[in-house]
Formats: sequence, C-alpha cells, structure tokens
Amino acid sequence: MAAVAVTQKIGKLVVDTTEAWGRSWIFLFRILLAVFRPPFHFHLFINQLFQIGAKSSLVIILIGGFTGAVLSVQGEHTLAKFGATAFTGPMVALSLIRELGPVLTALMVIGRAGSAVTAELGIMRITEQVDALKSMAVDPINYLMVPRFLAGLVAVPLLTAVFIVVGIAGGYLVAVGLLGLSSGTFMSQMISAVETLDIYSGMIKAIFFGFIFGWVACYKGYTCGFGAVGVNRATTQSVVTASVAILVTDYFLTSFLNRVFFN
Amino acid sequence: MISIRSVSKSFGAQVVLDGIDLEIAPGMTTAIVGPSGVGKSVLLKLIMGIMDVDSGQIEVGGASITSASSEREKARIRSSLGVLFQSAALFDSLTVYDNVAFPLLERRIKGQKKVSRSEVHKRVMDTLEALSLTRYTSRYIEEISLGVRKRVGMARALITEPKILLFDEPNTGLDPLDGQEVYDLIKECKERWGFTGVVISHEIPEVFQVSDRVAMLLGGKIIEEGPPKELSRSSHPAVKQFLEGSINGPIKIQ
Repeated sequence: MAAVAVTQKIGKLVVDTTEAWGRSWIFLFRILLAVFRPPFHFHLFINQLFQIGAKSSLVIILIGGFTGAVLSVQGEHTLAKFGATAFTGPMVALSLIRELGPVLTALMVIGRAGSAVTAELGIMRITEQVDALKSMAVDPINYLMVPRFLAGLVAVPLLTAVFIVVGIAGGYLVAVGLLGLSSGTFMSQMISAVETLDIYSGMIKAIFFGFIFGWVACYKGYTCGFGAVGVNRATTQSVVTASVAILVTDYFLTSFLNRVFFN
Repeated sequence: MISIRSVSKSFGAQVVLDGIDLEIAPGMTTAIVGPSGVGKSVLLKLIMGIMDVDSGQIEVGGASITSASSEREKARIRSSLGVLFQSAALFDSLTVYDNVAFPLLERRIKGQKKVSRSEVHKRVMDTLEALSLTRYTSRYIEEISLGVRKRVGMARALITEPKILLFDEPNTGLDPLDGQEVYDLIKECKERWGFTGVVISHEIPEVFQVSDRVAMLLGGKIIEEGPPKELSRSSHPAVKQFLEGSINGPIKIQ
C-alpha cells in the first residue's frame, strides 16, 4: 500500500510539474504574440522601464562599484603571487563584462523589481482587477504583461552596461588610488585584452536574463493563488525560480558562447 | 437577453453548478440569491466568459460566449456587458476620472471606432455628474471610501452604455446606509440607462427592491425562481429557511 501511495505522489508531482511547465510556455507564447498585436501601450512600456530600470539604477551603481573594487583587491593580491599585477585591469574588466556584470545585475533586478512586478500583478489578480480588464474587453496579456516583459528585456541589458562601467571605475580607483598600480598600465592592458566579442558575450547573456526576468515575474504574478498567502508564495517562487533559471542558463550560455566566439 | 442552458461547473470533485437553466429577459433585473459558497459568483464569471463551463451553453445578447472560439470573440460579446465587482476592482494607480475613462480609451473591438478624446471627456464628465462624483474626479482610489468606490465602479461599468449590467454582491462591506444608497443608485441608473440587470446577492429581502425576478441557487441547482413576491410566499423549505434567516432547516451551515 505504501508503495502505491508513494508512486501516486510521484506521478501527481510529475503531472503537476509538466502541466505548470506547459502552462508557462503557453503564457510566454501568448506574450510574444501580443508584442506584435495592437494596441501598443508605449506609455505603459516607458512607465515600466522607469519602475524596473531607472529605479534599480542606484542599487546597481552601488553593487557594481563595490564589485569592481573587490575584484581589484582580490585580483591584485592573487596576481602579485605570479608577478602579474599589471593584468589587474584586464582581470577586473573581463570578469565584469563576460560574467559578473550580467549575472549580478540580473539577480539584483530580480530581487528588487521582479518581486515587485509579481506582487503587483498578484494583487491585481486577487482583487479582481484582472477580471475587470477582461470584463471591459481589454486583453490583460496585452495591457499588463507586454509592457513589463519588454521593459525587463530592455532594462536588464542597460543596467548591465551601467554595472560594468561603474564596476570598472570602482576597480580602477582601488587599483590605482589604493594599491598603487599605474593608471597607464591598468588602462592599456585592459584595452588590449578586452575584445568586442567579450562585450557581445556579456550583452547576449543580459538579453537572455532580461527575457527570463519578464517571463518568470509576469507568469508567477498572473497565476498567483488566493489571498495574502498566494501573493507571498508567488513572489517567493518568482525570485527563486528566476534566480535559479538565470544561473543554469548562464552555465549553458557561457559554454555555448565560448565555443562560438572564443574558439 | 441572457440564456443559461444546462450549465454545469465543477472544481475537482466538488460540483458547484449542476445543470442550471435560467432565462433573463431584456430590460428585467434578476437577482440570483443563495447562501455563501453556492456558486453565485462562479455563475457570474461563466456569464462573463472569464471561466469556462464544463458543459452547457450561455448566450449573452444572442451570442454564445461558451462557444466563442477566441479571446477576441469573447471580448466582442463582453462589449455588451458592464460589471460592478464586489470590491469595485478599480485600478489604484489611476484617478477616479481615469478609471471611468478607462474602458472608452483602452477597449478595442473589431469593427468599432475609437472614441475621440473630446467625446471621452464629455461622456466621463456626464457620467460622473449623473452619479454625483464630480468632486472626486482627480482623487486616487485610496483617497475615497468604499461606498464612493462602488459608485465609481458603477460609473466605469456604465460609461460604455452596456445593454447588460452585472452586479457581484453590490453592497458587500458597506454599512446599511451606504448599502441602501447602492440599491437606490441601481434603481436610478436603471431608469436612466435602461439596462438588463443581474444582481448576485445574499442580502434578503434588501435585494428584492431592485429585482423583477429572483432565482435561488442551492446545491448546484436553481431551486426556485419567480417574482420577489412569489418567492416570499414560497413553500420550499430551503427558500423559507433562507428568507427567515433560520439555522434550522435543510440548508446546513458549512
């Protein structure tokens, strides 16, 4: 009997997971179709870009600056063992451009704005505002989801660029101002080491992460359960799911892009 | 105007509606009453096409919303509906004016012309004035009381001049005075706009004052239907118990 119960539970889990996975893909497909279908709510897109992008910029600048600074301190310390402190600049820049910039920016934006998007949509769902849209013959996918999805897609790469620039500046200040490296060495080594493909690699990742941000945050909000507990659960799931998805995607993207760009 | 035929709806093993039949004639207001949790709001969502029936047919203004093949088709049918939600369901990021203007500005129905800005302004101001809401025009939703929110919800529902107006528990959360004001408002608006009404409520006998017919929902079925006076004289034990508000009888409190 116990074996039957366990098998039933596993079966239900598999069916539920497959169903949820399928629903999330259908949801994404509906958003992608709605992107090209009028009416286009440009003012809502700009508003969401402000909410997700501009309002996240301060935290991105802070985190970016200190990440670059820490990279500089750690990098210089490690490279000194090999007598290669001249490569501190390239190390800071390449780490930020190819990896830390896109990943940390996406994780920060998910924590700050992804949770807010999910909570807002969830509350709209449980207070019948989504039903009200439908009753007024307004498509909630077109009106609510598309502006948020597109704003995420644009904001994450832009914030990543800010993160990288501020990070390099933070790294430069620490390396040159505190650790005594030559400014010329830092800059010239960095410029000669960083290629355009490195920047492409980082930006491609940022676009993928922006895509994941919008998809997960909107889906979890739109399918939010009942009451405060439902919103709480949806918000937590949104942050956890998007963060894990970004780190997993990062691994596969890095492997793929390294093979394509740097082989 | 609304035709509900053999409509069933279940959630898992729980049967909420079990082969419901109900005809709502044009120009009439029908109240659907019953204890909490019997599926009144579910029936309203099925009429709106927000939920799908398991079986049966619902026609709204002659078009079957249950057979609509796409969201666009459903939206076209819904364009003849206005809804006042239980909590008013207003958008808190918008002012009263913008909430009322919203359906005119955002609704896109194939074959229907976009309403000009000046026409929107005129209709919004007319509706706000008719519902004594002009002094709240630029207020945000968080700045007005629940009673006023219901009136704003009513204005938003009426702005498109729908043929059918659905009310989901219109005076939930209101004190008796505000509650009566909502019923008076329904009567006034009906005189002015002349819609067909469906009122979901458990407030007996208050809801009778706005109803031409009353249908009582219990155990997934309409157990009694007719004019309010007829229902008041019903010999059905569950109807009698519900009208008397007694705890003794076939209706068990869950």
